[in-house]
Amino acid sequence: MDTFIQQAINGLVLGSMYSLIALGYTMVYGILNLINFAHGDVLTVGALTALSTILFLQAMLPGLPGWVLMLAGLLAAIPVCVTLSLVIERVAYRPLRNAPRLAPLITAIGVSIVIQTVAMLVWGRTYMTFPQLIPDLPLTFGEATVTLTKMMVIGLSAAVMIGLMLLVNRTRLGRAMRATAENPRVAGLMGVNPNFVIAMTFAIGASLAALAGVMLAATYGVAHFYMGFLPGLKAFTAAVLGGIGNIPGAMLGGLLLGLIEALGAGYIGELTGGVLGSHYQDIFAFLILVLVLIFRPSGLLGERVADRA
Amino acid sequence: MAETILRVAGVNKRFGGLQALADVGLEIERGQIYGLIGPNGAGKTTFFNVITGLYAPDSGTFELAGKPYSPSAVHRVAEAGIARTFQNIRLFPDMTALENVMVGRHVRTRATALGAILRTRATLAEERQIKQRAMELLEYVGIRRYADYQARTLAYGDQRRLEIARALATEPKLLALDEPAAGMNATEKMSLRGLLEHIGSDGITILLIEHDVKLVMGLCDRLTVLDYGKIIAAGAPGDVQRNPAVIAAYLGGGHNFAAKGEAA
Amino acid sequence: MANFFPRFRNSPAAAFTATVVVAAVLILLPFLFGQLGNAWVRALAFALLYVMLALGLNIVVGFAGLLDLGYIAFYAVGAYMYALLASPHLTSNFAWMAQTFPNGLHNSIWFVIPFGAGLAAMFGILLGAPVLKLRGDYLAIVTLGFGEIMRILMNNLNAPVNITNGPQGITLIDPISIGGISLAKTQTLFGIQFPSVYLYYYLFLVLAIITIVVCIRLQDSRLGRAWMAIREDELAARAMGINVRNVKLLAFSLGATFGGVAGAMFSAFQGFVSPESFTLNESIIVLAMVVLGGLGHIPGVVLGAVLLSLFPEVLRHTVAPLQMMLFGKVVIESEVLRMMLYGLAMVLIMLYRPKGLWPAPEHGINPSSRADAGKAQAA
Repeated sequence: MDTFIQQAINGLVLGSMYSLIALGYTMVYGILNLINFAHGDVLTVGALTALSTILFLQAMLPGLPGWVLMLAGLLAAIPVCVTLSLVIERVAYRPLRNAPRLAPLITAIGVSIVIQTVAMLVWGRTYMTFPQLIPDLPLTFGEATVTLTKMMVIGLSAAVMIGLMLLVNRTRLGRAMRATAENPRVAGLMGVNPNFVIAMTFAIGASLAALAGVMLAATYGVAHFYMGFLPGLKAFTAAVLGGIGNIPGAMLGGLLLGLIEALGAGYIGELTGGVLGSHYQDIFAFLILVLVLIFRPSGLLGERVADRA
Repeated sequence: MAETILRVAGVNKRFGGLQALADVGLEIERGQIYGLIGPNGAGKTTFFNVITGLYAPDSGTFELAGKPYSPSAVHRVAEAGIARTFQNIRLFPDMTALENVMVGRHVRTRATALGAILRTRATLAEERQIKQRAMELLEYVGIRRYADYQARTLAYGDQRRLEIARALATEPKLLALDEPAAGMNATEKMSLRGLLEHIGSDGITILLIEHDVKLVMGLCDRLTVLDYGKIIAAGAPGDVQRNPAVIAAYLGGGHNFAAKGEAA
Repeated sequence: MANFFPRFRNSPAAAFTATVVVAAVLILLPFLFGQLGNAWVRALAFALLYVMLALGLNIVVGFAGLLDLGYIAFYAVGAYMYALLASPHLTSNFAWMAQTFPNGLHNSIWFVIPFGAGLAAMFGILLGAPVLKLRGDYLAIVTLGFGEIMRILMNNLNAPVNITNGPQGITLIDPISIGGISLAKTQTLFGIQFPSVYLYYYLFLVLAIITIVVCIRLQDSRLGRAWMAIREDELAARAMGINVRNVKLLAFSLGATFGGVAGAMFSAFQGFVSPESFTLNESIIVLAMVVLGGLGHIPGVVLGAVLLSLFPEVLRHTVAPLQMMLFGKVVIESEVLRMMLYGLAMVLIMLYRPKGLWPAPEHGINPSSRADAGKAQAA
């Protein structure tokens, strides 16, 4: 039972991060019908930028408290990610808005590769350690222990997601975003500037990715140029699971996927009588992706889309 | 006793809160030109889509040339023998006119991938036949000179003819045309009518949806009139034309077109 | 030849001459490049493998319009199949295998190629069947997922039963031998020496040419038309009686067979296989070749494959020394540069030349294009 709670908490941590990333995918897909392949790499850049900032500050001003460094890292990462994301949108996606669907997908893949290689050049190929900035103070729930870092991930993610829901549902911008997602042309006729809304969508998504990237690096203590690939793909799975284009769906999907992965990894040894080890956990996400797309492509909260003419 | 090509009965289709079709059915005999008319939104295209397999009906029985068929898969319906055209012309735009019609031959031919790779004599012979038949059909509808033109460069009226040629290539028992005269001017409509009469006189059964009442009255042997998803009249054009319910729903007042077989 | 360059259609003599010239060049190529070192001939051989892969993917993406991001899985299937059938791996890990095959497992090319093709085709159907009804980008992601699942399996199927030997891969794979002549040794013919790598080059050249011919024949067939129809308007294709699902499945599995055969050849050529050769990046590289060359256009795809596989070799030999000269050290490794250029190529091509470097010539007469206006008048 304690394994259960422990794994459940790990699942929530993982899931929170997936949710943050998934939101970026789902918002962009909702408006542009485009899978932003480069989203995972934006996350990478965020984490690495934060790391560089932190290391720089540590060298320049030793003695700064951990949380200040963390904050500084975050504050450095977010603008970088937002800028990167906006540039990508402007340069690679906008010109192809009316092209057949294959084109922006291929471009997105290309952009993803370019970012990865640039990250490789700037930060090198080695796995870098992300310093332990938040004191370890483990808290115990029953027999399970949680570090402060993990609690903060869950808490911060929840706060951010609530903020996003408020933004989308209560503000003018949010209304504009929802309108553009449903019908960009009509929204335009109503006075909404679709380019602006799209840019804001990318910006918000990028900020969330930056945050998720820093969280990932802080939780696992490591950062490298390829770190965004797998979480990005899994977060996309989460977005699809929840219903692509659906914001609460992305949150739900992320948490669910995190839980499934963590519990699965924890129990897979027992379930398969020792045949399959926990390094198969990545397959879970892919299997879920494949199964959801085959059997229920609209996801848990999405609308059933009739695909007959 | 003329053979019934299509017998459909009891079709119901609901979309959410809207009953698009309520107990609709019809019978078409071989060689007839059958018209399905009604005001906009009456359910004509929905009915079409149901019998050709695009929409799954909530209920209904379907029989083609005496054999029951299940309109569950569009390609099966075509295989069984109903070929359709679309309201807003769906050609293969970047393929040539000839190729478009050749695609129509797909369902009645059998060459496999292996045959293609090995260029067997049978495959090559079949290819020749496909091409020849396609040419004949282009000739039949009157656009042979455009055989090697990209389909999307054809004039509107010619594109319609091409779509019909392609449908004919599938050797249908029933040719189902969804508003073939849409967007045409008077001359083009006359021309189309001539083509459809020619097709009819060659023994092919036609079901058509049309808005142009004059065209329908002069062309069709029988009509069914839909309004709000229900049949409000069915029968010879002359009778339908005089039916007060139809007049009320659709024709307005005082129209008196010469129905097929009657003096004006 | 007439299929590559339409202007030859009217002149069989010119077509014949051109064919002879090209054939001569292709045959002499290894000798030319061999002067620069065997590494270049190796690169040529790999380029030919990529040609096969790109053409196979072209059937899926270019002919049928299905974006497959996990194509490399079929390459992996072919490679591992051959590795298992022609190496000591199975016999040394499974006693009962060793007993059944006391001389070890060796398999001739005449068995391997058809078997590999068949196995890959089966996998194509297996992977394709559940996903073909999906929309474009979803299909892409699912196939990506499949590709990754395949790689993870290859990486981990070494316990409890050691099938793939995990990350270390399988080594000591037999080289190909045809009619008793092993391609791993230098052979002499008419007094001319043919080192092993030349022999593989010629084998791959033959296979690549067969692939090209098969693709051309498929394109101009009833099936090819069905693929094109589906690409243009899937609903209309259905309405014409085309069983879209089966036709797409056929594209998937035919495409897979080329991948599988190429994989088997790769396995034999390299002598060992490991999961590292079958990453998502490889799938993307092959896709880049198809896209860069000209989606759906066979000559374009061949060009794309050759360019994108040889260019990195050129880079590797020039960039490093160039950087040494300019900066005194290697700032950008050629591997990294290579991937970056692939990515840039994909973006730039889609933005500026979406039809590829060598797109198909305009199909059919278009009276509003000047070139055809003459034809339109005459018709």
